[in-house]
Amino acid sequence: MSEKLSEGIGPYFGAYGGRFVPEPLIRALDELEATYLAARKDPKFQSELANLHKQYTGRPSIITEASRFAAAVGDLRVFLKREDLNHTGSHKINNVMGQALLTKIMGKTRIIAETGAGQHGVASATAAAYFGLECVVYMGEVDTQRQALNVARMKLLGAEVVPVTTGSRTLKDAINEAMRDWVANVDTTHYLLGTVAGPHPFPTMVRDFHGIIGNEARAQMLELTGSLPAAVAACVGGGSNAIGIFHGFIDDPTVQLWGFEAAGDGIDTLMHAATLSKGTPGVLHGAKTYVLQDEDGQTLESHSISAGLDYPGVGPEHAFLKDLGRANYLGIKDSEAMEAMRLLSRTEGIIPAIETAHALAGISHLSSVLPKGSSVVVNLSGRGDKDMETAGRYFGLL
Amino acid sequence: MISVESLLRERKSKGLGNLIGYFPAGYPTVEDSANALIAMAQDGCSVLEIGIPYSDPVMDGPVIQKATEQALSNGFKLKNVFEIVRSIRSQSTVPMLVMSYWNPIVSYGLERFAQDLKEAGAQGIITPDLIPDEAAEWIEISQNLGLERVFLAAPSSSEERVNLAAESSRGFVYAVSTMGITGERAQLDALARSVVDRIRMFSNRPACVGVGVSTLEQVREVNSYADGAIVGTAFIKAYEQGGLEGLRAKVNELARGLD
Repeated sequence: MSEKLSEGIGPYFGAYGGRFVPEPLIRALDELEATYLAARKDPKFQSELANLHKQYTGRPSIITEASRFAAAVGDLRVFLKREDLNHTGSHKINNVMGQALLTKIMGKTRIIAETGAGQHGVASATAAAYFGLECVVYMGEVDTQRQALNVARMKLLGAEVVPVTTGSRTLKDAINEAMRDWVANVDTTHYLLGTVAGPHPFPTMVRDFHGIIGNEARAQMLELTGSLPAAVAACVGGGSNAIGIFHGFIDDPTVQLWGFEAAGDGIDTLMHAATLSKGTPGVLHGAKTYVLQDEDGQTLESHSISAGLDYPGVGPEHAFLKDLGRANYLGIKDSEAMEAMRLLSRTEGIIPAIETAHALAGISHLSSVLPKGSSVVVNLSGRGDKDMETAGRYFGLL
Repeated sequence: MISVESLLRERKSKGLGNLIGYFPAGYPTVEDSANALIAMAQDGCSVLEIGIPYSDPVMDGPVIQKATEQALSNGFKLKNVFEIVRSIRSQSTVPMLVMSYWNPIVSYGLERFAQDLKEAGAQGIITPDLIPDEAAEWIEISQNLGLERVFLAAPSSSEERVNLAAESSRGFVYAVSTMGITGERAQLDALARSVVDRIRMFSNRPACVGVGVSTLEQVREVNSYADGAIVGTAFIKAYEQGGLEGLRAKVNELARGLD
């Protein structure tokens, strides 16, 4: 393939991606693709989005060197790309502002979104408030309980939160329910999908909106250290923050890309969400990708202490990067992630989201595969405020 | 064995309408579902649509979701669908289509699934989340095996896409009556008729209307302009409420709309 990896725009990434959705949705996907591809090349759209990010999101996000954390986990230099400092507290806002602008361009007045941890739901509700759009967020009933504070945030922002009681009552079922809503209301409604999964053009478009993370980080690292990092690390559920930071470095062959998935109780148990490590190729939520499934192709329930990684599928581009060997993916257990959450809090004064803590836990693994003194950039994709109840119970603090 | 398409045409040429009856495989058990489907064929369904339960049925409303979830929790396995087809075939010449989301078939192996289905005695597959654009392999395999394949055309489909669905389908084109998921609707959208009209513009492939069709009046109305009415949710509800006898009564009632 002569095309650079950074230039792939779908609908397929190698054997993965495509559009496996009911026919009634095709017109909306075509319209979205056409609108997005035009916006992608339109300087006016790009400058409008850049302005929003500057004046509302709070970009560019800074990079913080985490020296005390680094010293505690090995012999590396660790740099944190601070997406936790964005408005609403995670990387999710990057994509949401982009898609909300597209919603306006398409003349739609209502957005729907799925959410697991609640971060994407909060970001969507925020954008809806900012742009004056109606907003309905689908959230698995299990997740509404473990992320009750985010439910309150969404409601305060004026969104309707619909608890989903079908299937495993988590993120995958919230996506199903959002798709059902979309089929019925497609004329007025944009489905603001929050990750790089789903039918084309979502994996491409959502990746591009998060590409700003990697682009900024690459320039910041060059400025700060004078060279590219040896590795870039991120947590992977659906994979949006990971693909966003990966893409800034994807054509730099010396930079290793590491994605850390949720291994729950361990990838050799049944209680995990390590789709790339333990899944097999299949079709889920409109794309061909790796899926946690049984021998009949029924989706398995995933398990993770972090709602945001609790997903039995993964973005198709990650499936491609895995097969290609361009990115490495490794499972991190709940206990390792929680330990890393505590460690970063105590060594750096930064409380990360539990999702993000999976990437931080991965650093001790990297210290055994990278030369001493190497630089690693971790996408600090979200802050941990929303996880205080889980962490409080886990560490016996409440 | 007669194909779905030939049967639809034959009945239409005699001035008869068609009732395509959906029931989930394995609901509530494998044996019960086979008996239910046999009864549906005996009492007036001209074609059977055997639904394969799937964990993530995005096109289905609450009634079908609940029934297929129950089938799965009662232990339905994909291979059971071939037993069900065989069991129906041993008692009836009714043409049968399997309705399946794409992943179970991918996971079983497309070619193997198609062969096993043919061997069991079914005529083809309805694929709600496989569009013709992604179906090159399935089109080739079904062509080689002589299986029928049904794609969807929707109110939102462009003329180009309606044409693609008609050209790619064998058996019939599934005209989605409304923008929404399966389930009963008090009134059928005028959209249903417009989808069928657009199919007719491009093709003489039979067109059957599904999603939201549940009453005698709707079955009669749909058959006045289309080649058949597809009913699912109403049959499951009748079965839930009245068991096999309740189901038979509903089939008999709707079949009165075919004369």
